[in-house]
Amino acid sequence: MMGTLPGDSLGMTGMVLLAAINWHSLLFYLFATAACACAVAVVLTDNVVRMAFYLVLSLGATAGIFFLAGADFVGAMQLMIYVGGTLVLLVFGVMLTAQSPFVSIRTPSSDKVLGGIVGAALLMVLLLAAFSVDSWRRPAMGLVVAPSATPLGMALLGVRVDDDPTATPAAASIRSGYLLPFEIVSVHLLVVLVGAAYLARAKRRRIPRGIETAGADAATTGGRS
Amino acid sequence: MADFLITTVGLPEWLAWTLTASVAAFLVLNVIAGGALVFIWAERKIAARIQDRLGPTRTGGRFGWLQSLADGIKLLAKEDLMPDGADGMLFRLAPYVSFCASFCAFIALPFAFDFVGQRLNVGVFFVVAVLGLEVFGVILAGYASASKWSLFGAMREAAQVVSYEVPLGMCVVVPVMLAGSMDLVTIAEKQAGWFINWYLFHDPFTFVIFWVYVTCAIASVNRAPFDLAEAESELVAGFHTEYSGLRWSFFFMAEYGSMYLVSALAAILFMGGWNGPIPVATLLGLSEGTGDTANYFVRLAGCANLMGKATLGVLVMMWIRWTLPRLRIDQVMTTCLKYCTPIAAVMFVGAMFWQLLLPGGVIRGLSRPAGEIREGWLEGPGGRATVSGPVSQVSQVQP
Repeated sequence: MMGTLPGDSLGMTGMVLLAAINWHSLLFYLFATAACACAVAVVLTDNVVRMAFYLVLSLGATAGIFFLAGADFVGAMQLMIYVGGTLVLLVFGVMLTAQSPFVSIRTPSSDKVLGGIVGAALLMVLLLAAFSVDSWRRPAMGLVVAPSATPLGMALLGVRVDDDPTATPAAASIRSGYLLPFEIVSVHLLVVLVGAAYLARAKRRRIPRGIETAGADAATTGGRS
Repeated sequence: MADFLITTVGLPEWLAWTLTASVAAFLVLNVIAGGALVFIWAERKIAARIQDRLGPTRTGGRFGWLQSLADGIKLLAKEDLMPDGADGMLFRLAPYVSFCASFCAFIALPFAFDFVGQRLNVGVFFVVAVLGLEVFGVILAGYASASKWSLFGAMREAAQVVSYEVPLGMCVVVPVMLAGSMDLVTIAEKQAGWFINWYLFHDPFTFVIFWVYVTCAIASVNRAPFDLAEAESELVAGFHTEYSGLRWSFFFMAEYGSMYLVSALAAILFMGGWNGPIPVATLLGLSEGTGDTANYFVRLAGCANLMGKATLGVLVMMWIRWTLPRLRIDQVMTTCLKYCTPIAAVMFVGAMFWQLLLPGGVIRGLSRPAGEIREGWLEGPGGRATVSGPVSQVSQVQP
């Protein structure tokens, strides 16, 4: 529910203590804490399947932050692509450790140092970028979109450019112009999938009908039935 | 509802929003839990009838309709077992992961024009994305049980679900394309009027792709003939071999919740959602400006309509389950990759060209109400709130 926005509920601070809680911020901190804690847990866990599970939780909490910000599309994308993609990771984790269950993966200390350096560098860059913003709270609603935002960017922000009756002719001319490339890319991915399945399929040997052996029979049933 | 509580009842804003959220969550939870109770009973009766038996007859009167409640009490009282070698945390969490995924998808599912937990711009996308997460619980359960049966079941499930998401997504895209929106409410509203306005009867391609959707939906919620993950003739009980008591029943509730969800999604995408086959309300002149109470009852009827369609879908799934034999894993993959995906792709292209060349469906002239609505939508200005975000206002659109 997007009813309470930062600053909205501050005016209503009454006798009831609960009314003073800024629900939007509270939920944000909840999701953010969950995301960070699970991200740390990914690093600290030994078991690869648990790692994947924590990763799922972390990414899911990130999706929650997107939904909280009203960016439904990005949130659903996050669920579909990142959380769904972790599924494959999980499957590989299960397959790799299926021989000896619950095998623990120990990271060599050299890797820990390297990973620490890279992670710290990235964190520094992000922190610098985050703190260089003057005020995060200023444009509360109003949606001040930077003039450089493309229709695609606007759509990612949740603005339906193609659906806006008040759009200027300039904006109207390019409405939904990104849909075709988007579709082409997704169909292309499907083609890649089919190609991968074709390359990875079990090779079928061509054996004349008369001398078909049991082995060849087993090989052909895969595709036939 | 929150606006109503704030303005009419005079509650403070935080209380109104919390109440609204709780009521929505409570209702959705009851749809899943209560639905599971009813559907399990129905499944036993249907299975029995199909196999020429009687099924439960004694508990709770003549038809044994209290049987699932009795089962529930039994499950509550059962000992909660966990294998020695199991990964404790994941074993305990897995049922909840499955259940939460199934539950979350209901948030964005509209039951009637305004009866929706949270109206999302990208409702279809959200539902499909969240539905795909249910498999996490199954895989975690299979892995954490430290049992070969469970692991095999989980791996089959993973392969199956990942494969079937491709054709399922393509089927879902077609109504989205026809409606020009991923908003489930909009999609259903555009099919208002007589039943020939349903996307099922929009053109031959959508008719075919509906059946592809049915196949993929059954496979993606793991029902027979695609229930490889719990093939009891080979894998004891598949991924939930080691589960007992209430944890096990969470898996079942998730399964029945998902069945209901994909059925409701089919009803919204292809069968007009809460719009009945005959526009009774429009014929009676009820839906436009006849006051809030009348509107409310029209929506209540629409809600019953959608639930009826979804229940019908669930019953069809049961019928299929007890009629067809289980497929082998290679047959499951063949069905998906060699039949469903190409058919869905061709039908998608076909529906696209149909929409380009012959917009408006097969029989255009007969469907005045929906035609007007469609044009109303296309005109736009009085239509939907475009930029204002997810908070939708009542009665901006006259259904």
